[in-house]
Amino acid sequence: MSQTQSDTISIADTAYSSRLLLGTGKYKDLEETKNAIESSGAQIITVAIRRSNIGQNKDEPNLLDVISPDKYTILPNTAGCYDADSAVRTCRLARTLLEGHDLVKLEVLGDKKTLFPDITQTLEAAKRLIDDNFKVMVYTTDDPVMAKHFEVMGCVAVMPLAAPIGSGLGIQNPYNIRTIVENASVPILVDAGVGTASDAAIAMELGCDGVLMNTAIAEAKDPILMASAMKKAIEAGREAYLAERMPRRAYASASSPVDGYFF
Amino acid sequence: MEVLLNGNPRTVAHNLTIENLITSLHLDGKFAVELNRHIVPRSEYPKTALRPGDNIEIVQAIGGG
Repeated sequence: MSQTQSDTISIADTAYSSRLLLGTGKYKDLEETKNAIESSGAQIITVAIRRSNIGQNKDEPNLLDVISPDKYTILPNTAGCYDADSAVRTCRLARTLLEGHDLVKLEVLGDKKTLFPDITQTLEAAKRLIDDNFKVMVYTTDDPVMAKHFEVMGCVAVMPLAAPIGSGLGIQNPYNIRTIVENASVPILVDAGVGTASDAAIAMELGCDGVLMNTAIAEAKDPILMASAMKKAIEAGREAYLAERMPRRAYASASSPVDGYFF
Repeated sequence: MEVLLNGNPRTVAHNLTIENLITSLHLDGKFAVELNRHIVPRSEYPKTALRPGDNIEIVQAIGGG
């Protein structure tokens, strides 16, 4: 217990006790969004940047009135950007909107069907953003070589996908994720592809520093309960990683003593 | 005069400033403004007058992963 209480994740020099990062898309309404976030214990919350609603619906509440930047670390994303220019433009608008807050989630997509990232555009955008003093958490493929490139160029966290965004397929390539973690000296977070609690636990058991998810919670029949399940899975997976699991054996090893038999 | 506001044509008064525009739209909460692809800092809103054909984008944070 005391182990996890002092076990924080540090991103861009800020320590967080929760290793679960939550997206705010696809919820039924802002009330459900707020309740899911509270149930998950997440402290870093992603948002998208889009055109303001001009006059069509004046009473529509603003997301940031519900998810206050005073209470949470807001992580603007570049979702929907298919080139470096759009991504950099989005981040600059986000920084203005958030009054100088410079932590961003960079994703530059390359394919509408799989939503896999376009790595050449992501590299270009990351370089321009880092040069412009942004702190970049980068969404990328589960390629260990690319993950290292992003780290070396100055990204504050590298976030390989477990499976395509919104697919819920779970960790498709645990070997790559573990290799990325072993090579890294910045936080590695699985971003995208988690479907249920055990997927999140596996990511943490592989040594990931955290998991960023959205659809797995928002599209659960009971998102608030799934948010709570994810919180526990992340904590359980983290503790199991720190505890260092037993070795796998091909055959049985009796749990009860094999001497002192009276039969 | 006509400008482009969030992708839609809009007729506004000559020399309307960004500040006037924001007021007339009753925008509240957090938003950011781009004028012809350049970000307009909040302090510049009262000093920035619109010109015919200007392209204004006003954005906010919404739900997303």
